[in-house]
Amino acid sequence: MASAQLTLDRHLVGFVEALRRAGLAVPVGSTLDFGRAVAEVGAQEQAPVYWAGRVTLLSSPEEIPVYDQVFAAHWQGGAPQVQEVPDLPPLTLLLDDAGQAPDPEDSPEVSDDDLVSVRYSHAEVLASKDFAVCTDQELAELHQLMAQLRLTGSRRRSRRLRATQRSGRPDLRRTVRAALRTGGEPARLMFRQPGERPRRLVLLLDVSGSMEPYARALIRFVHAAMVGRSQVESFALGTRLTRLTRELSTRDPDVALARAAEVVSDWSGGTRLGDGLRCFNDEWGIRGMARGATVVILSDGWDRGEPEIMEEQMARLSRVAYQVVWVNPLKATPGYAPLAQGMAAALPHVDRFIAGHNLESLRYLAELVGE
Amino acid sequence: MNIHDATSADQVQAVLGDQDYLADQGLATAIFLALRLKRPLLLEGEAGVGKTEVAKALAAASGGKLIRLQCYEGLDAAQAVYEWDYAKQLLHLRAAEAAGSAQGLETKALEDEMYQERFLIRRPLMQALVSENEMPPVLLIDEVDRADDEFEAFLLEILSDYSVTVPELGTFTAEQPPVVIITSNRTRDVHDALKRRCFYHWVEHPGIEREIEILRLRAPEVSLSLARDVALVAAELRQMGLYKPPGVAETIDWAEALVTVGVDDLDEEAFAGTISALLKYREDQQRASARGFGDILALVRQG
Repeated sequence: MASAQLTLDRHLVGFVEALRRAGLAVPVGSTLDFGRAVAEVGAQEQAPVYWAGRVTLLSSPEEIPVYDQVFAAHWQGGAPQVQEVPDLPPLTLLLDDAGQAPDPEDSPEVSDDDLVSVRYSHAEVLASKDFAVCTDQELAELHQLMAQLRLTGSRRRSRRLRATQRSGRPDLRRTVRAALRTGGEPARLMFRQPGERPRRLVLLLDVSGSMEPYARALIRFVHAAMVGRSQVESFALGTRLTRLTRELSTRDPDVALARAAEVVSDWSGGTRLGDGLRCFNDEWGIRGMARGATVVILSDGWDRGEPEIMEEQMARLSRVAYQVVWVNPLKATPGYAPLAQGMAAALPHVDRFIAGHNLESLRYLAELVGE
Repeated sequence: MNIHDATSADQVQAVLGDQDYLADQGLATAIFLALRLKRPLLLEGEAGVGKTEVAKALAAASGGKLIRLQCYEGLDAAQAVYEWDYAKQLLHLRAAEAAGSAQGLETKALEDEMYQERFLIRRPLMQALVSENEMPPVLLIDEVDRADDEFEAFLLEILSDYSVTVPELGTFTAEQPPVVIITSNRTRDVHDALKRRCFYHWVEHPGIEREIEILRLRAPEVSLSLARDVALVAAELRQMGLYKPPGVAETIDWAEALVTVGVDDLDEEAFAGTISALLKYREDQQRASARGFGDILALVRQG
């Protein structure tokens, strides 16, 4: 009997470990809950165990497909299927303060294009140089400068009240407290009024092929915008939508970018901007994330999908957002006109349309967002 | 049978069924485990899949009182936990003063006088902890994603030891922890720490057979054939990638609307005339209309 229990426990723990190997973040305490739950529902049949695990081990619907897969493999005795990971364009980050280009022979699989080396040299002013024509070294220096950018974000009225000296509504709680000190005589009226909160900022970064020269610099900017601020959300828009908020919340930019590169499977792939926006609107934006928020779209506006979809989705977005800012790296090109189908369709629903090709323009963006 | 006495998920399912709430196996297991292991249950899912109804059905099935806390931004302890009745306190002070008794009292004594339980207004979280009812109450914390981080932090505190401390009075601890149902529409991530405290269930739209059963239960005047048509159409519309796919609440509304206008056999005209009960976006209505109401009907009936 005891050994049967032991076997079951081991089996359950093994299952949780398999889930962790498959990439689910299962808290330690949940394993214990899972054990208790299985004890409640019984382990004779599969379905109750399946549900006991789902209820105790998961915390979002995105985890369900992975869970299903691991469960099927683990409890039906089949060989665990390895989730197919699409080939990622390698994004290698090297820390190199010697000022020497890394020897390509050291890392034969990595081509020069994919190597971003970060050098700590004294910053010269690169702020007005276009990201697309920067060398790797210059980009690395720009990243350092970008990390210093702080987006304070605009503020909106909060419903949370704060104590004030003389303005706003009477604060009876504090008035009564003060009255105690004067022998029960409410001699001093206290006041309170609504405080302020940072307005939510949502950053949508286009990571399609046409944005390649800019996306790598801009994702640094996105990271800088997220560090040290709550109420910032970020997404990658490619052939599909990927939420990056969790990955980019890490303070260390290299770690954050490595994590982001791991989850974005369509880096430098095709462009389905309209569909991506639709997905954002459906899954996140309209439900509340974009409501009253400043939404910044960093994209060149190239879209291979139907322009009608783009137009419709931008209209939906602009109806719920506080303001929509479109940052287009191509805007600074002399003679640029927003003729790309997607861009032309989106423009009527954009509140601010600005360039985003160099650090100078991003500083301007940071100011704009803070207004 | 009382739902607290259920010894399996199947029994939970049956007891909830008696309350006209049809839970699938997943939800029944989640509720069963939350009750047995005394943990809050976090329910997420599309709007209109019946998350809030779970709490109502639970309250009915357990005989506990339903205490609802609707979350919103800026929700604070004064509205969620307790507040002092300041107007009464001030009146009491004035009365004491008029009677001349306030003069002699020291500040400490005056304070004791002022902060008695009779001046305490209990808000939902505290009501749930100090319920005098025999059965533990069902505490519904609705749309927790609308509240802000600060609120989540003290919710976490209350849910971890089911007690509230009022500095002037002392600590109130629940004799029997309430059954806690938390719902979220996922407009933002609920904090990890709160999620760790809770069991989690993602509520899906019901399948066709289950939806027919729900319609028959909730709108008994709807005939079986009409309920079938309504459920089939709703299932088809959910496949269309609409802005707001119809939830169970909408299909019930729609079925009732059809009965109200005297339709028993759904046809193209009745469909078009009552579509606003089912689809709440102009774009969604246009999309359905563009596919042809008659065509959709024909398609789903074909099976």
